[in-house]
Amino acid sequence: MPVAVALWGIAALLATAVLAAAIHRSSVAGRLIYLICLAASLAILGVAGVELLVARSPAPPTLWLPVGLPWIGAHFRIDALSAFFLVVINLGGAAASLFAVGYGMHEKAPGRVLPFYPAFLGAMNLVLLADDAFTFLVAWEFMSLTSWALVMAHHHDPENRRAGYIYIMMASFGTLALLLAFGLLAGDGGGYTFAQMRGAAPALPGLVLLLVLVGAGSKAGLVPLHVWLPLAHPAAPSHVSALMSGVMTKVAIYGFVRVVFDLLAAPQWWWSIVVLAVGSITAVLGVLSALMQRDLKRLLAYSTIENVGIVFIGLGLALAFKSNGFAAAAALALTAALLHAFNHCLFKSLLFFGAGAVLSSTGERDIEKLGGLIKTMPQTAFLFLGGCLAISALPPLNGFVSEWLVFQAVLISPELPQWGLKLMIPAVGAMLALGAALSAACFVRAFGIAFLGRPRSPIAATAHETDRVSLAAMLALLALCLVAGILPGLLIDALAPVVQAHVGARMPMQSALPWQSIVPIAESRSSYNGLLVFAFITLSTLLTIEIIHRFASRSVRRAPAWDCGYPDASPATQYTADSFAQPIRRVFGPIAFLAREHVDMPPPGDRRPARLTVALHDLAWERIYAPVGSSIDFASEKLNHLQFLTIRKYLSLVFVALVALLLVLSIWT
Amino acid sequence: MDLIRDLAVQGAQMLLVLLLAPLLLGFTRKVKARMLRRRGPPILQPYRDLLRLIRKEAVLAENASWLFRSAPYMIFAATWVAAALVPTFATGLTFSWTADLIAITALIGSSRFFLALVGMDVGTSFGGIGSSREMMFASLAEPAMIMIAFTVALVAGSTQLSVVANYMLTHASLRVSLGLALVALVIVAIAENARIPVDNPATHLELTMVHEAMVLEYSGRHLAVIELAAALKLLLYVSLIGCIFAPWGLAQAGGGLAGYCVGVATYLGKLAVGGFLLVLLETSIAKMRVFRVPNFLGIALMLGLLGTLLLFMSRSF
Repeated sequence: MPVAVALWGIAALLATAVLAAAIHRSSVAGRLIYLICLAASLAILGVAGVELLVARSPAPPTLWLPVGLPWIGAHFRIDALSAFFLVVINLGGAAASLFAVGYGMHEKAPGRVLPFYPAFLGAMNLVLLADDAFTFLVAWEFMSLTSWALVMAHHHDPENRRAGYIYIMMASFGTLALLLAFGLLAGDGGGYTFAQMRGAAPALPGLVLLLVLVGAGSKAGLVPLHVWLPLAHPAAPSHVSALMSGVMTKVAIYGFVRVVFDLLAAPQWWWSIVVLAVGSITAVLGVLSALMQRDLKRLLAYSTIENVGIVFIGLGLALAFKSNGFAAAAALALTAALLHAFNHCLFKSLLFFGAGAVLSSTGERDIEKLGGLIKTMPQTAFLFLGGCLAISALPPLNGFVSEWLVFQAVLISPELPQWGLKLMIPAVGAMLALGAALSAACFVRAFGIAFLGRPRSPIAATAHETDRVSLAAMLALLALCLVAGILPGLLIDALAPVVQAHVGARMPMQSALPWQSIVPIAESRSSYNGLLVFAFITLSTLLTIEIIHRFASRSVRRAPAWDCGYPDASPATQYTADSFAQPIRRVFGPIAFLAREHVDMPPPGDRRPARLTVALHDLAWERIYAPVGSSIDFASEKLNHLQFLTIRKYLSLVFVALVALLLVLSIWT
Repeated sequence: MDLIRDLAVQGAQMLLVLLLAPLLLGFTRKVKARMLRRRGPPILQPYRDLLRLIRKEAVLAENASWLFRSAPYMIFAATWVAAALVPTFATGLTFSWTADLIAITALIGSSRFFLALVGMDVGTSFGGIGSSREMMFASLAEPAMIMIAFTVALVAGSTQLSVVANYMLTHASLRVSLGLALVALVIVAIAENARIPVDNPATHLELTMVHEAMVLEYSGRHLAVIELAAALKLLLYVSLIGCIFAPWGLAQAGGGLAGYCVGVATYLGKLAVGGFLLVLLETSIAKMRVFRVPNFLGIALMLGLLGTLLLFMSRSF
């Protein structure tokens, strides 16, 4: 039974965690632990892949284990949705483990990473297997705690401690919201298994949606619940950052899909308005923030927020279609969202690995201090470039396919009857397009500043290529990005049982189409063929190279850079990351960050230097979190007096409270 | 037999765009010079320039990387594939279903991605300024293009350009949304091709240059390939406007040799008219300051959004 195999895999991961705690001092411990994690991930990946692609059991059995709450126990099940997410998570997990076999050698405090890493992997898998609310929440919280421990691995840095603190607060808040959501779903009867929830009609389905949006959305990084993400993801070691950004956000998306598309049977159309609004704001704000970052890993974390926004746009469209009974359109939108989640796992892991390779080779995350790495780390540069192309939604790689499908879903939404949606969806489409274009700018900046140009610091000039194993992990992911980009039909077909189960229809069978093209609705409406685009680009590149090399002069001369006749000796005169972002900051900054530029120009004769200061505001933090934080501080300071009263005052306080409660009770009834 | 003929027509399209691109450039330069009461270079001058560049040795900056040497081919290939997928003289070509308007936009995005990267490769301040501004323009021009694609797709019920062109031929009518899309597309085309008022294609040594700043370090065969890609992009946009808003004369699938001849002849006419109108605009307008361009492109984005919004309201707009 696949569930049992997967549970044994998780048990193996948890046992590895214990083993790691015991042997982490040994020199081979890192390699051994990560290899076991790799094997366990591949095993679960295999089981889930077979379940998703081959077995496709229509009514998957539930496995009951007598652990957890008495009389309730723990229920586990693999249906199509969990099988798909198991594939995503274990693919990312396997890649991260392989990368860590090489990268983990650079870890300074392996004792703080090795025990928690397998436990984190196991916890994420456990969330996907859970088939009752209790197991789900325990696994979810276990996932939060293990990842918190990993964020705190380098706890000597005060920034990391702050990141860990904010993360654990937000994670607890999110779990609280999920707990309340499951409480509403279970209703008066207290049916905590998912099977019972599916049958019951909850009292306030709209509130459940909002609670899940808060609970799962805070883990996924939806604006304005995202503030912890760009702090916590980069703080962890890079392979863990890849897991958190590429994989854990997918667990959050799974949680949302599980509740909203599976447990809540009948969606209402206004839900989609909420999801679409949050998704599109997340997409644009995420990428704009990414454009302003200098820290390579933080930039990638903000870009994760953007991609989560894109996934939620897809989910919002699917909800809109589903609530109106447009099953085929809902299938298209849900497929697009899930495909984007899969794609994002591939390229975001790849990019974090690249950032990790740069970090281990130079010790630097600030791209303003890098530059010219394409010469010192050519293979990493090539692989990172591939990741940049994929995430910028450029054909023929995979990021484009899923965004293209979301655009196609937008194009069928004029059919929707509600005016609110009709007015909103064009704007959502524009935000999505804006996000895609800005993310191309963001990754031109990231790659161009870090890898191209001249080295901006001695450490960048003396960087060295990373190890073979890390490169192999990145190469595998890039190859998957390419395959997913040129053969998207296979993935869409693999998603068919998932989509069929949750919106009642599936996209047309794609793999039977000639030339592996994808046709969401009908060929006369739209079609895309990644394979042929790839073939055409390759062929015309080769043809051009051949012609040029045959007929053109082949002589090459190396000379100093021309630069319009003003060659500048110092690498400091290059364009910096901040100056690259300046035009975009000037266009979008005043709205998104209340950006202000202030030029301090000394009067003639004054010899102090002129200064340009840029002030950016994180509105979510300043307008929401800071007031909430300071009001909690204020309230706790006031309540603090209660600790220092006399016995008489305490007794009278108890008396007053009793009288007040009785009064309330008497008025209430 | 049919397959061979279809492949031949598709191949002819690829060759045609490649051969005509420098001609269109030469034609616009010539007309522009005449309008400024100069004699101007011969129309065939761009071909000579390309040949001359190809024969010259390539001078590479000392720290240019492998990306610098290979990117021109990728830029060219992506642009060429995109240009070959726009119906020029005939609709329904064999591979026309390979990519729709959104994918063509993204292909142009791919070539721009590499162009902006190579601008930063040598590590000069001019290259960086060009890349940075190009990406800022693109961050508005690309969504505008997608919104134009939405507008056109909602009118014609398809994002496939062949289907769109056929729809426009058979259901030609004046529509508000199409008017908005046309204005937006012209704005995007001007910005994407670095023409006045956004950028000046005929300048060097000017702080506001964008496209020329990125390719400043290129020479010889690499520069030739990049210049040809730029010429192809101009041709692509003129063909795109032609095929969506003036689809007359396009040969239908299986239209026979006569149909193709008519198609090619009208296509040449459209290119001439398009080039002439472009020059007319360029000579009658001054170049903008660089931070006016976002407003200019913002107009295109808003017009595209408005067109889409109107069509979401009612299909009859």
